[in-house]
Amino acid sequence: MGDSQGYAYDGGMALKITGVVDPALLDLPWSVPLETWPQDTLAALPRGISRHVVRFVRFHGRVLAVKETVSPMAHREFDMLRELGRMGAPCVVPFAVVDGRQDADGEELAAALVTEHLQFSLPYRALFSQALRDDTLDRLIDALAVLLVRLHLLGFYWGDVSLSNALFRRDAEAFSAYLVDAETGDLHHALTEGQRRYDIDLARTNIIGEMFDLQAAEELDNAVDPLELGDRIEERYRELWSALTGKETFSENVRYHLAERVKALNELGFDVAELDMTQTSDGKELSIRPKVVDAGHHSRRLLRLTGLDVQENQARRLLNDLDEFRAVFSPDEDEVLVAHEWLARVFEPTVRAVPREFRRKLEPAQVFHEVLDHRWFLAEKRPDVTMPEAAASYVKNVLPERPDEEAVLGQIIGTVPSDESEAPTETRAIRAWQSLPRTRTGTQARDNHPR
Amino acid sequence: MATVTYDKASRIYPGTERPAVDALELDIADGEFLVLVGPSGCGKSTSLRMLAGLEDIDAGSIWVGDRDVTHVQPKDRDIAMVFQSYALYPHMTVADNMGFALKIAKVDKSEIRERVEAAAKILDLTEYLDRKPKALSGGQRQRVAMGRAIVRQPQVFLMDEPLSNLDAKLRVQTRTQIAALQRRLGTTTVYVTHDQVEALTMGDRIAVLKDGLLQQVGSPRDMYDAPANVFVAGFIGSPAMNIGTYSVNGDFAQIGNSQVALSRQALAGLKAEDNNRVVVGFRPESLDRVAPNSDGAFPIQVDVVEELGSDAYVYGSIPTDAPGAGEIHFDAGDSEVIVRIDPRDVPKKGDSVWVKIREGEQHVFSSASGDRLSAAVQTDKAL
Ligand SMILES: Nc1ncnc2c1ncn2[C@@H]1O[C@H](COP(=O)(O)OP(=O)(O)OP(=O)(O)O)[C@@H](O)[C@H]1O
Ligand SMILES: Nc1ncnc2c1ncn2[C@@H]1O[C@H](COP(=O)(O)OP(=O)(O)OP(=O)(O)O)[C@@H](O)[C@H]1O
Ligand SMILES: [Mg+2]
Ligand SMILES: [Mg+2]
Repeated sequence: MGDSQGYAYDGGMALKITGVVDPALLDLPWSVPLETWPQDTLAALPRGISRHVVRFVRFHGRVLAVKETVSPMAHREFDMLRELGRMGAPCVVPFAVVDGRQDADGEELAAALVTEHLQFSLPYRALFSQALRDDTLDRLIDALAVLLVRLHLLGFYWGDVSLSNALFRRDAEAFSAYLVDAETGDLHHALTEGQRRYDIDLARTNIIGEMFDLQAAEELDNAVDPLELGDRIEERYRELWSALTGKETFSENVRYHLAERVKALNELGFDVAELDMTQTSDGKELSIRPKVVDAGHHSRRLLRLTGLDVQENQARRLLNDLDEFRAVFSPDEDEVLVAHEWLARVFEPTVRAVPREFRRKLEPAQVFHEVLDHRWFLAEKRPDVTMPEAAASYVKNVLPERPDEEAVLGQIIGTVPSDESEAPTETRAIRAWQSLPRTRTGTQARDNHPR
Repeated sequence: MATVTYDKASRIYPGTERPAVDALELDIADGEFLVLVGPSGCGKSTSLRMLAGLEDIDAGSIWVGDRDVTHVQPKDRDIAMVFQSYALYPHMTVADNMGFALKIAKVDKSEIRERVEAAAKILDLTEYLDRKPKALSGGQRQRVAMGRAIVRQPQVFLMDEPLSNLDAKLRVQTRTQIAALQRRLGTTTVYVTHDQVEALTMGDRIAVLKDGLLQQVGSPRDMYDAPANVFVAGFIGSPAMNIGTYSVNGDFAQIGNSQVALSRQALAGLKAEDNNRVVVGFRPESLDRVAPNSDGAFPIQVDVVEELGSDAYVYGSIPTDAPGAGEIHFDAGDSEVIVRIDPRDVPKKGDSVWVKIREGEQHVFSSASGDRLSAAVQTDKAL
């Protein structure tokens, strides 16, 4: 994805595109306000609350999100998202900024920020139109807390934390949250206590407001207490932050404690890249404090072993299955070789068992996770259910019954003409369906260190 | 209501050398609308967050009224930060949108309604209280957002670039509304912006910051007519002031090939370290067109003429024979001068127009320190 600027002269006024080199972007109806774009260019996907006009646009087999805003803000947000992406933050991918828009009468129109629509993502409101599992809300809040901690570790001050400004993807049992609105953010070497606290306060206030709103819309049971959910984000954030950055002091058996700490962080999904160790002034005790931690412990390990690029909890689940496979089939074999074996014999056949028409419902790794769950469920009645059996049963009995993602994604994306729907997209999740295993191309930097 | 005092308050971010805010001294009067303005990174937001209790104060102290709040928790400071960004909840009534922060603070229902109604009255939103935000215009939505802060009835409002993502029209409209509202409420307000026009139009007083250092504090008129140093002179006003460094010959500055008389006061302030050089500033509207070769006049070689309806501006350069005789630096580009001219008598590119700095409208600064040497300029420009 190179950088360039393109100009199109339209009645003397120059439309200016910064970002992606794709002349086709000029064909979108930039000379009318986004609110009145023709239906056939739009994809009616669900969105969160926003002040600006935001629409999803079909664009050569993929979906782009277009937001109208003032030009300096659009550029600022574009740069910020790009920088965050470079640092490995979970956020939407910026595509372009369109400036110099004019309508037919020569009236100036707002600039537009274009981002790639995050595949398989659900704005939180979409999750409420479905039968909610009791703990869905809790899991959303937890995911937002993880996102906030990760962003803060990178030195990103958000300035507008809310459920609306994040997107959620299913991630095995849990959700992963992605940053979508970076307009108010700032990057620093490290954040101060006060900067973090302000973000947490904002998160709390906004979540409570968003819950009140859902209740006003009668989409959320009045028995749910918004204030409790607001407090939850704060608690979760603090727990995770201190687990990741807290200082511990030991007087003996330091080696053991150190290993335990690293293990605990791994289990939380983080790798320790740098650790501070200091001796107390009397020389009797040793303090350890993680200095740089990188999210994605499990997804990195899975990527290394199999080339599969999936979310953290999905990776955790897949790795468990892989480890089991190894224990049963070839405990002494090299890990990487076994991983390839597992891919070919377990993962791919399972995922390929999903007929084409269902492939838009869930990501492959999520399907695999659900098939594992389903096998577990079947095993209660009959032990020794094989993966192919579980997959077949899942496809027959479970997948068609999933109204949720169908309502959110299937129905709407399903209206894309079928030839277009087969076109490759840039989004990793979709590419995964097309060529398995999915290997990360090139050496994409995963530099999570604060600058 | 309360005064706010920054008493040599500093903030040094961990891992940095230079304070982000350096010994800030500022007295804000009860009920005053004070605007903190300066370029990006100058420490505006940090100053505001120090007052809110969101940033440690590494030296000095901050007072609200006669209370030292330096070590007081944010929630106990009785200060409301107006969120830079606000979301209106589509399914909640305007009243609920305004009052929900009080609900979070567990204020009781009747009290919430009372405060919301009072705020709505001030904001001219009474008839909308039970409607949904969808029914509101852009300006009204903006007022609901302000209502959220008003219902908290704090001693001080803090606002950090609240207009930055509005389009130009709504920005101008909302700017006026916020200023009018603040005057009506009489609540002490500290407002941060990087936009000097916003500062000039909204503030009772303006504090200009640069690199964490307070440059000047005063009324918009003070800033405009008597900028304390070269930085403020260049920062306040648009188009920007023409500023150049010139050599001094006796009582005159050598501008181009011309001799421009300097005021007695300015001359008296010159010191040895100025090395016979002086910084002279003149606003684009402080020049009169005069006959060629008049006393103290200099020619401008016209590059571009910009016509803006009621105004026209000439962008040009001052021709000079002796290299180094005149140097001009300012926003518009090196050695370019901006002159406001009568739109009915517009020169062409390549023409030479002779201009003279109007009597008493010179801003003279020390070339060594950048500090102001001349007396305040008297203008009647509406700010
Ligand atoms: N790239 C994207 N992929 C998926 N959804 C998106 C994307 N960009 C925007 N959205 C959706 O659009 C909504 C609004 O976008 P965004 O939050 O950037 O707008 P905004 O007007 O700046 O919001 P705010 O009022 O919080 O400032 C988001 O909540 C999200 O649901
Ligand atoms: N956590 C931090 N660590 C280090 N430096 C910081 C931190 N937060 C802010 N700074 C720096 O402190 C200085 C002042 O920042 P501040 O945000 O107060 O500036 P500002 O005037 O509000 O700028 P802007 O108009 O860009 O918002 C800047 O140089 C900024 O980079
Ligand atoms: Mg948003
Ligand atoms: Mg925004």
